[in-house]
Amino acid sequence: MKNIALAKCFAVGAAALTLSAAHAEIKIGFTGPLSGPVAAVGQDQYDGFMLGIEALGKKLGGESVSVLREDDQLKPELGNQIARKLIDRDKVDAIVGLGFSNVLMASLPRIVESGTVAIATNAGPSPLAGAGCLPHVFSMSWQNDGTAEAMGKYAQDSGYKRVYLMAPNYQAGKDYVAGFKRYFKGQIADEVYTQVNQPDYSAEIAQLQSAGADAVFVFYPGGMGVNFVKQFSQAGLMKKLPLLSAFTVDGTTISSLRDAAVGTISGAMWDVALKTPGNTEFISNFTKKYGRVPSHYAAVGYDTAKLLDIAVRKVKGNTTDKDAFAAAVKAAGTELKSIRGPFRFNSNNMPVQNYYAFQTIKEGNDFTVKLLGNPLPDHQDAYVAQCKAK
Amino acid sequence: MSATLLLAQVLNGLQYGVMLFLLAAGLTLVFGIMSFVNLAHGSLYMLGAYAAAVVGVQTGSFTLSVLAAVATGAAVGMALEWVAVSRLYRRDHLDHVLATFGLVLFFNEVVRMIWGSQPVFVSLPESLSGTVDIFGFTYPTYRFLIIAVGLLVAVGSQWLIHKTRVGMLIRAGSVNPQMVSALGVNIRLLNAMLFALGSALAALAGAMAGPILSVQSGMGEPVLITTLVVIVIGGIGSVHGALYAGIIVSLVDTLGRTFLPMLIREFASREVANAAGPALASMLIYLLMAVILALRPQGLFPAHKA
Amino acid sequence: MKTLLKPAQLIPMLLLLVLAVIPPIAAGMDDNFWVAFFARVLVYGIAASALNIALGLGGLVSLGHALFLGIGMYSVSLPSYYGVTSGWLHLAMCVVACAVVGGITGLISLRTSGIAFIMITLAFAQMGYFVIVSLKQYGGDDGMSITGASSFVGLQLNTPVAVYYAAWVLLAALTYWVYRLRTSPFGMTLRAGRQNARRVMSVGLALRSYQLAAYVLSAVLCGMAGMLLANLNAYASPSSMSWTVSGELIVMVVLGGMGSVFGPVLGALTFLGVEEILKAFTEHWMAVFGLAILGVAMAGKTGLAGLLEKIQPDTTGATNALSKESAK
Repeated sequence: MKNIALAKCFAVGAAALTLSAAHAEIKIGFTGPLSGPVAAVGQDQYDGFMLGIEALGKKLGGESVSVLREDDQLKPELGNQIARKLIDRDKVDAIVGLGFSNVLMASLPRIVESGTVAIATNAGPSPLAGAGCLPHVFSMSWQNDGTAEAMGKYAQDSGYKRVYLMAPNYQAGKDYVAGFKRYFKGQIADEVYTQVNQPDYSAEIAQLQSAGADAVFVFYPGGMGVNFVKQFSQAGLMKKLPLLSAFTVDGTTISSLRDAAVGTISGAMWDVALKTPGNTEFISNFTKKYGRVPSHYAAVGYDTAKLLDIAVRKVKGNTTDKDAFAAAVKAAGTELKSIRGPFRFNSNNMPVQNYYAFQTIKEGNDFTVKLLGNPLPDHQDAYVAQCKAK
Repeated sequence: MSATLLLAQVLNGLQYGVMLFLLAAGLTLVFGIMSFVNLAHGSLYMLGAYAAAVVGVQTGSFTLSVLAAVATGAAVGMALEWVAVSRLYRRDHLDHVLATFGLVLFFNEVVRMIWGSQPVFVSLPESLSGTVDIFGFTYPTYRFLIIAVGLLVAVGSQWLIHKTRVGMLIRAGSVNPQMVSALGVNIRLLNAMLFALGSALAALAGAMAGPILSVQSGMGEPVLITTLVVIVIGGIGSVHGALYAGIIVSLVDTLGRTFLPMLIREFASREVANAAGPALASMLIYLLMAVILALRPQGLFPAHKA
Repeated sequence: MKTLLKPAQLIPMLLLLVLAVIPPIAAGMDDNFWVAFFARVLVYGIAASALNIALGLGGLVSLGHALFLGIGMYSVSLPSYYGVTSGWLHLAMCVVACAVVGGITGLISLRTSGIAFIMITLAFAQMGYFVIVSLKQYGGDDGMSITGASSFVGLQLNTPVAVYYAAWVLLAALTYWVYRLRTSPFGMTLRAGRQNARRVMSVGLALRSYQLAAYVLSAVLCGMAGMLLANLNAYASPSSMSWTVSGELIVMVVLGGMGSVFGPVLGALTFLGVEEILKAFTEHWMAVFGLAILGVAMAGKTGLAGLLEKIQPDTTGATNALSKESAK
């Protein structure tokens, strides 16, 4: 008699547990620069991520999901505070986004301490790819040097002999120049570091005209890129000197540059010209919903949603075992059918993916890109050995 | 380092200096004559750029877009003056800082609410998109237009302040507002018009800058600091001081940016030059300002107060 | 004792007491975010109080105080990078560096006044910022993470709670000290000098030396706030040295009430607190926040402390004499 009653209790208990598990909601904290000079980047990532969530029926791995949206204002200190808020107060299952490298690095202490899974959608700084690699922190976008390396390889393959390099004078700028030089074996006409947020480049443009280079490589994210390309084009140089770029002409800046950007060659792991499965659908859905063409930032956001869907399904909605969840995310990378082409996580949690070369063209009244090639297919970053050695 | 490169860089310094002057002119007038610290000057510059961009895309006419910007600047300036600024004249400078700090936040967010975070497109007519061959370098024609507009503003404001009745009233009002008011002049209206003028100048600078710079929320902040440096070096309240200081600051900055790394490379390794050069070049205008202020705090070309 | 019961004094002191018990409450609510949040408020309260000594008492408008915040942060991160975690060493480095830099920049800046002073302090802060950003081996723009927190005898600043209490004690001590300083001969000289420098000097006081001392003091205390901030975030970044941070510090001081005792604390609490509250309501919180700041600026020069003072004015003139000060 007792056994049957006990069994009934267990049954009810088990049913209650499964019921509560079935109603367990997945909480994701999204952070990014949603205001200030690079707000277009954060906004695209968020919109791409939310489009992905919607495409999955507002569920991740079958569980309902709620996304908390936080603006880090490109301030590392705020990133730190927001990480604490999401982990300690909101008790999120994972943090997505984390913005630019400096904000990402500043947000790490609490993330590492708590073991929460974090997926960066806009950065992959070299410390994180190398000796400072962390098992629960992933980059869904790129290792920072990748795009510049692709441009360096492209320049090498295209037979350019003397290239002029320009970047802003901060950490990322120096990394990108170093990345370019890693794959370009020709002559460097000059290496110029300009002031961050410098508005006027006429002096540097005059200087580069006298340097006798046969190509120019620049890294000017955000407003700096718009400034530089506008001025480069107005000086009549777009027809004379090939402009290779990383993160300078992309989906967030083409609409304001238009004719000025035509002819620029950019490196990226994704752009609208890719004919990968699911890409056309993504582009048209994004354009329909948000009234603008997506950039690669949006593509990363979208991929991240799909990645989390696979990962949550693997752990059956139970994210309390953080090690298991992190392992599931890593495995999900290999299963993901990314719109950027082949994708997987390397041992240091950085992406292994193609880095393409695109050229900005004018098609009728629209400004878009065409695919020039794939200089670095299935590319691994230069720091993975340092992570393995740990 | 060739002579033609040096000449080309001097020309660059001149045109960027005039650009700085356009921005500084309005701010120095408001600051010098009304003693009002207007941090929102950058926001008015931004609003001017947006107004010009919007009208430019709609009409395709550059002239119309510039006029629209000036009108927007004047209108917003008058509104701000009537609502907030007029109540703050007699207060401490710090209250001005606080108030305009709030305005900057407000305008940045409003602009983002209306136009989004992506930079907006600015159209430039064919006639202004060409290049000129100078010293063997191709140079955008548009930059010459900036120089022309800047010089026009310089001459125009000098004429206004020193050769017209209104200008005389403005100068009198800055020295002794009560007396001017007692003499039957509507000092309130005068101040409002002056603030509107300063705002219109800021908006004009925004309209002129739009084609060469990124038009987005927060575009005023990076230029605000440089503008403050210019007006302090030139002498607060002095329009011709702002012109000379703008050119000086721009020349120092331009020549420093391009030749300092080269110079350092003569003495040290390329590694060091690449690290130290840009850092020193960025600090150059601040060093210049610190030296000038330490030796001549009133600026290089102070306005003559009666 | 009577003055202590007036709202202008009572409310801020109650606030401080409430702040003292936040950590246990937060732990009970299993929501440790509030500890980190209010720790940051306390740290900025210290920085604002420090600035208040130069700005509020001395009338020295420094738009470059974030420089000292940054020096404080890096005097923790640099030794930590080399494995030195002794809190006393960090403190010594911070105090010496801030005193030296503050002394030199103060000496040069005090040759000017008014807007020139503001711009020169800004220039020095910008120069410091550019130097740090270009130091690649110390992280540059990406900043430096701090793996070893400052450890003193019996106290290690490696948790938010530890930093919280250290900050609370420092802020309380500093607030009391400013209270005494205001009416001390040093403080009175500064305040008089702010109103009429020539008169003070004609009495035979070397005002410039007093002002320099106030500026250096203010720099060192701000540096200590930076130390705490670095330990709280376990991170040092040059973005904390930008001019916008200096501007925010000024806003906090003026918002709270320039020259008052509790003003900086009120200012820091309000500025950071309202920001956080508004964020929860609307995506466009910055527009509302901006208008609110404009409103406070237009409402009263004496800021929040002045508003509190108006509830029950101190007619004896014994303590703050804020209302008299506002007449200037």
